[in-house]
Amino acid sequence: MNAVSQPSSLQASAQAFLARYEGLKDRMRGDTHLRAAGADSFARHGLPGPREEAWRYTSLRPLADIAFQEPLVMMTDCDAQLAAFADLDAPRLVFVDGRFRSDLSVVPAAARVRTGLPGYGRLANNDEKLVALNSMLAEDGATIDVDAGVDAGTVLLISLGSDAHGHPVSFHPRHDIRLGRGAKLTLIEINAGEGVYFNNPVLTAAVSDDAELIHLRRQQEAPGAFHLSTVFAEVGARATYDSFSLSLGGRLARVQVHARLAGEKAIAHLNAAQLLGGNQHTDFTTIVRHDAPATASRQTVKNVLTGKSRCVFQGKIEVDRIAQKTDGYQMNQTLLLSRDAEIDSKPQLEIYADDVKCSHGATVGELDAEQLFYLRSRGVPVEDARNMLVRAFLSEALDPITHDAAREGMEAAIAAWWAGRPS
Amino acid sequence: MLEIKGLRADVAEKEILKGIDLVVPTGEVHAIMGPNGSGKSTLSYVLSGRDGYEVTGGSATFEGHDLLDMEPEERAAAGVFLAFQYPVELPGVGNANFLRTALNAQRRARGESELDAVQFLKLARAEIKRLSMADDMLKRNVNVGFSGGEKKRNEVLQMAILRPKLAILDETDSGLDIDALKIVADGVNALRGPAFSALVITHYQRLLDHIVPDRVHVLADGRIIRSGGPELAHELEANGYAAVVAEAA
Repeated sequence: MNAVSQPSSLQASAQAFLARYEGLKDRMRGDTHLRAAGADSFARHGLPGPREEAWRYTSLRPLADIAFQEPLVMMTDCDAQLAAFADLDAPRLVFVDGRFRSDLSVVPAAARVRTGLPGYGRLANNDEKLVALNSMLAEDGATIDVDAGVDAGTVLLISLGSDAHGHPVSFHPRHDIRLGRGAKLTLIEINAGEGVYFNNPVLTAAVSDDAELIHLRRQQEAPGAFHLSTVFAEVGARATYDSFSLSLGGRLARVQVHARLAGEKAIAHLNAAQLLGGNQHTDFTTIVRHDAPATASRQTVKNVLTGKSRCVFQGKIEVDRIAQKTDGYQMNQTLLLSRDAEIDSKPQLEIYADDVKCSHGATVGELDAEQLFYLRSRGVPVEDARNMLVRAFLSEALDPITHDAAREGMEAAIAAWWAGRPS
Repeated sequence: MLEIKGLRADVAEKEILKGIDLVVPTGEVHAIMGPNGSGKSTLSYVLSGRDGYEVTGGSATFEGHDLLDMEPEERAAAGVFLAFQYPVELPGVGNANFLRTALNAQRRARGESELDAVQFLKLARAEIKRLSMADDMLKRNVNVGFSGGEKKRNEVLQMAILRPKLAILDETDSGLDIDALKIVADGVNALRGPAFSALVITHYQRLLDHIVPDRVHVLADGRIIRSGGPELAHELEANGYAAVVAEAA
């Protein structure tokens, strides 16, 4: 689809991003060819529109109605926001409004880290329109290299959006993670903020043979924020990309994960929990490609909806002709706590090999009245009983998280969300 | 003391309880026996506050408080415990967490101090040992993958830990083999004393060989048609419900 046939607000918004690029391109750091390629693609295709299959359920019109500018002011006081993550004791790379803040960061010793310019990597695809936008406007990001055989422990990647500008801003961080053969890393990504802003990160992860990347994402952006992120992971032979994505915040949020199982016996876990209420719109979209034999993918996606929220899960599994003995599993379950909320769940399987095991399922339900009464009959107040059952519903997605502090932090964030949930 | 007067209740606009009068004095164990469909389970659910049961008349008070005006959790905190005929599975909820949450919620409601994890585990392990149950009972998810017998034993474990003043056992004996039946009975008998009452609802007399009641009441078509001592259970077993129902009619 070309830009001409798009709704005018999306088109106008795309033009504004292009104008920003034209004004800034001569003084932006990073690879000018890659940036120009992104700009070229974005100029031709613009923002994703409602007539595209992958964007049928998620409209960017609310985003297009807002003029986002370049962040100029450096937000100075981040202590209060960072204090919320103090229980995660690990080296941290902190970005404020998309810019690296060395004064707030503690660089890890066991990995090589470069910041100050976009980590373009080689895995991202500008055919994804939001990736093209990111390529065009990326100013900063983290490139993290873990050498072969090294266990780099845990690294936090924190993004804070601010309302220090007096007008909405957008930022487009570009991160690249590279694990050498047999290397290990747990990356805990946190996105939070205040005010109205648009966070458009792209993260690429190259996981070499026998390596293991655990990627835990906690999205608790400000209620007025837009979060549109894209992840590309490529997983080598016997390597693992183990990810969990928690979505709590934002007015409009979408996480799109492309995982390519490139080597024999590669494994990908794309688990997620989306909790939303009020008028929130949250989307988790996955594209898993089994491109080698005996690869396995697991997706357990749980949604909890209140208010008039709208939730999307799209899960595509593609099995290449050579990917025999593929083991694919996808489960999407939704708890509807309000009659006005809506879930669109779309599994998509494209299988070209003949000896594979692929299963998928989706369920939608309310809290079980029998379970609720059982808890209450034991003395548990109704609100606590509901909380316990919601937590229990999420357990299949949360319990596999082996990093205790990260899981506990997410559980606390979920409990806080539940206590103050938008009705 | 539990005092029920003229209690009437509908399920789906059909009258199931048609005026029940029953007094269970403190320290006594009473049995309610009756044929299927007589309203036994409805009585237990009405007393514990389950949704879907509409009380249309009469009253039920416990220690002078109007039970029917209380939320299910308030009844629990006041000391009323329902042992379910079909205990509910709670996938994703650990048994230990469930029991401790319930105990502490009740203690909080009564203005008592809560137990920390260590204090709770000590208490729970002691009860598990006393009831000859497997240690892993606490680690498993509530009733998930439990056999019928294990589920009923878990009800008794909850009762032992929560220490109610009034236990309502809704056909706790159904589906139990004789060993499980004895464990359940021992669990109830261990709680017997001057401050504990129980309403044992059962179809069969055999449970009452192990939990010997002070009084037996026969429930038929939503009314108590006859009351007597423990020997009434034997009479029912020997002659069947039909004879007693016909005699009362």
